[in-house]
Amino acid sequence: MTDVIVDERDFELTINGARVPVRGAAPGASLLQVLRDQLQLTGTKGACEEGECGSCSVLVDGVLMCSCLVMAASVTDTAITTIESVARPDGSFSDVQQAFVDCGAVQCGFCTPGLVMAVTDLLNQQPHADRETVREALAGNLCRCTGYGRILAAIDQVISQRAAQ
Amino acid sequence: MTDLQLPPRQRDVLGTSPTRPDAPAKVSGAFAFSSDLTADGAVWGATLRSPHPHARIVALDVSGALAIDGVRAVITAADVPGRNAYGLIESDQPVFADGIVRFVGEPVAAVAAADPTTCQRALDAIVVTYDVLPPLLDPEAAIDPGTASIHPHGNVVRHQRIVTGDPSVVGDVVVEGEYEIGMQDQAFLGLEAALAIPDPDGSGVELHVATQWLHEDRQQIAACLGLPEASVRLVLGGVGGAFGGREDISLQVHACLLALRVGRPVRMHYSRTESFLGHVHRHPARIWMRHHADRHGTLVNIEARFVFDGGAYASTSSAVLINAVTHTQGPYRCPNAVVDGYAVRTNHLPCGAMRGFGVVQACFAHESQMDRLAAACGIDPLDIRRRNAMVTGDVLITGQPVTSVAPVLRCIDETEALPLPTQPVGGDDHPFGRPGGAGLTSDAGNIVRGIGYAVSIKNLMYSEGFDDFSTARCTVDDGQVALKYATAEVGQGFVTIAEQIARSILGLDEVSSETIDTTVGSAGSTSASRQTWMSGGAVEGACRAVRDRLLSDIASERGVEPGRLEVHDCDVVDVVDGWRQPVREAVRGRSFSEEFIHRHRPTVRLNDLGQGECHTAFAFAAHRAVVDVDVDLGLVKVVQIATAQDIGRALNPMSVIGQIEGGVAQGLGLAVMEEIVQVDGVIRNPSFTDYLLPTIADMPPVEIAMIEEYEPESPLGAKGVGEPPTISSTPAIVAAIRDAISQAYPMARPLTRVPVRPHDIVDAISNSR
Repeated sequence: MTDVIVDERDFELTINGARVPVRGAAPGASLLQVLRDQLQLTGTKGACEEGECGSCSVLVDGVLMCSCLVMAASVTDTAITTIESVARPDGSFSDVQQAFVDCGAVQCGFCTPGLVMAVTDLLNQQPHADRETVREALAGNLCRCTGYGRILAAIDQVISQRAAQ
Repeated sequence: MTDLQLPPRQRDVLGTSPTRPDAPAKVSGAFAFSSDLTADGAVWGATLRSPHPHARIVALDVSGALAIDGVRAVITAADVPGRNAYGLIESDQPVFADGIVRFVGEPVAAVAAADPTTCQRALDAIVVTYDVLPPLLDPEAAIDPGTASIHPHGNVVRHQRIVTGDPSVVGDVVVEGEYEIGMQDQAFLGLEAALAIPDPDGSGVELHVATQWLHEDRQQIAACLGLPEASVRLVLGGVGGAFGGREDISLQVHACLLALRVGRPVRMHYSRTESFLGHVHRHPARIWMRHHADRHGTLVNIEARFVFDGGAYASTSSAVLINAVTHTQGPYRCPNAVVDGYAVRTNHLPCGAMRGFGVVQACFAHESQMDRLAAACGIDPLDIRRRNAMVTGDVLITGQPVTSVAPVLRCIDETEALPLPTQPVGGDDHPFGRPGGAGLTSDAGNIVRGIGYAVSIKNLMYSEGFDDFSTARCTVDDGQVALKYATAEVGQGFVTIAEQIARSILGLDEVSSETIDTTVGSAGSTSASRQTWMSGGAVEGACRAVRDRLLSDIASERGVEPGRLEVHDCDVVDVVDGWRQPVREAVRGRSFSEEFIHRHRPTVRLNDLGQGECHTAFAFAAHRAVVDVDVDLGLVKVVQIATAQDIGRALNPMSVIGQIEGGVAQGLGLAVMEEIVQVDGVIRNPSFTDYLLPTIADMPPVEIAMIEEYEPESPLGAKGVGEPPTISSTPAIVAAIRDAISQAYPMARPLTRVPVRPHDIVDAISNSR
């Protein structure tokens, strides 16, 4: 992908539908670092810096990725989606966000943005995902507080709500 | 999975499960964790750490770092204006190593620079010349008075004996075992982070930090900075989990020193690797126990010896040790005991608080022993526990009577009564159902299902004479309630409970919590399962004081005795003449503010024979684990956990379930996967690639029975619920693994250490066919 790296410190990214300039990024900076430190999009969290915990999950051209493993200058020609865009245009929460609030899926909340991204992506692709499919899909998102029980309850709520619509 | 059926709620009062006030910000990414904080003109800080477990610093040359463009400051021990030492119980840990480093990762210097990259270059440019010394790595050697001290305070942090009754009593049945517990990491997801903002005139500093105890941090920081406490203000930065690992100082002093030095705000963030080095861990321990029982299985004597490796500095090792030795007997009566316990310094990573705090280690040993005793007596493991189960009024081996509600039998019975999993042995066709998971390495024919039980007792709140209190203020202004407290919200949900308390007592629904900082009195630490009791008690007291003033004012206006007025739901009611008025109307135009300090009843320090009422209160839990084990490969799949827990009263059922499920996950982690590995004093797995945490695929369903027996000693009738789930879940899982192994290999040796690694299982069955 080196052909798309125009300048490793100054470049533009398409984030949540808007073209945004990045100036003075550290050489080789990860997408996570650029989102947080350059663009003040701090909803995306970093907890392991090596793709093990899923806290930094974003969509790159619709594909769920750990932004800590993506070099920012290599994704200038992609559409990047972060947690900041998940709420509905009127500011209300998506059904996934609301279910996390309702069902007790949030404790410290550090894993929450990454999990909201991962669950949103999963249920968009597999609206009727069964329990084992959910567990397989989310095995890359660590949560240290909840033991995952209420997160599964939130996912159940979304699946049943969508099925009822 | 426990299916939580919530009744429709009218008001978000105690007993209901309102949504967290911070949940909306957390699901949208707007919640400000300490790592999200910044300020105009902020620069970055970073720490240089020792690569050696034990070495003398011969020379320290920072000139190369200072010469780098963009480097603002380099500081070492020579730049600490106050006391170059801190610690929760004794001040024995240097802010920066002064002449000697005692563990791999010990801070030696810190830098401030324009950006993290320049910080790293500056760290690389500092030249430290070390004279490497032999490390002390064997805790037994640390006990030996002949071993050279690695610290001026000595190698033994604390030695405590307990002698009660007639320790020479010999039972009809005697079982003994030696147990080992590995070092566990709290592994909170939100890495250590802080923002330190110096006062414009340099006379003080404001620190925004993720911590468990703002006031204790402030006291230690101020002493190191050589400033009065009033010149150091702390504000809670959003906390991404804690579990004990934020009770000690990590980067707090470094960030403040750098900010005061450069006269600009300083941000410091740890990496995951640095986090493993920079906070204390759960103590690795070796525990020997010998249990004596009569031929019916009634305990008559327990002998035990504990050795806790505290690593290089004291932290809370002495308190962790006291928790361990005073919980030797578990939730069982025993008239005679002799216990010997040591917490020592070594050149390993420092250890301190982690959820369960010494009782995790003790429980693994006593529950393993209870299973051995049951087998030796030919009694069912649950029946031997029922036979010995403690009740309220029983006297512990410390001479302390248990005054808490003690529904141990109910914990056991209701755990046993929870439904067993319907999933067939080895799972269904999905790979996650099998030991080894998606690797599909298990042969279905080798999978054996085992079931194990464990029961625990845990002290609540601080012990041994500590002046344990919490402060809260309630302000009602024209119907709006504002609560002020310094209680660290670390994810557990105190902010939710606090507001429920206010609504219940005041009959007003518009309640908010103010910024959590040091502008109000201390709340004590968010640890020891204490905040619902302690800070809940403080909020309750403050709200009651406001309510009493309101009722008193109304009574005098109406010309009646204040005792006739009560708040019922949302109304002020005169219980004599039936007059009533909504509280919202009654408070209109009025304003009240009251502060309350809640203290629990005093405790005492143990004497030399380990006697004394050192603890405040106790909570109990039982766990059942169902596991599938591929015995030949040593792979384990935990299929289900069931637990009945003594909680006093469910102030917020959803929070209780969240604590139980989350606590069980950490207990499961210690049982089968989590361990910090150190070789020759060097940590080998400081990353989430190599330190394994339970994922959603590892976590089984948790079946929960909440035992609600109102605790009269607690201000709200509730007991702390955070720690018990982590304590007896671990030994239950290991008991279940032993059960599975023994079905396939009846002569297998019992597992005696956690975490249980595949080779431990394979070793247990070797030569036992």
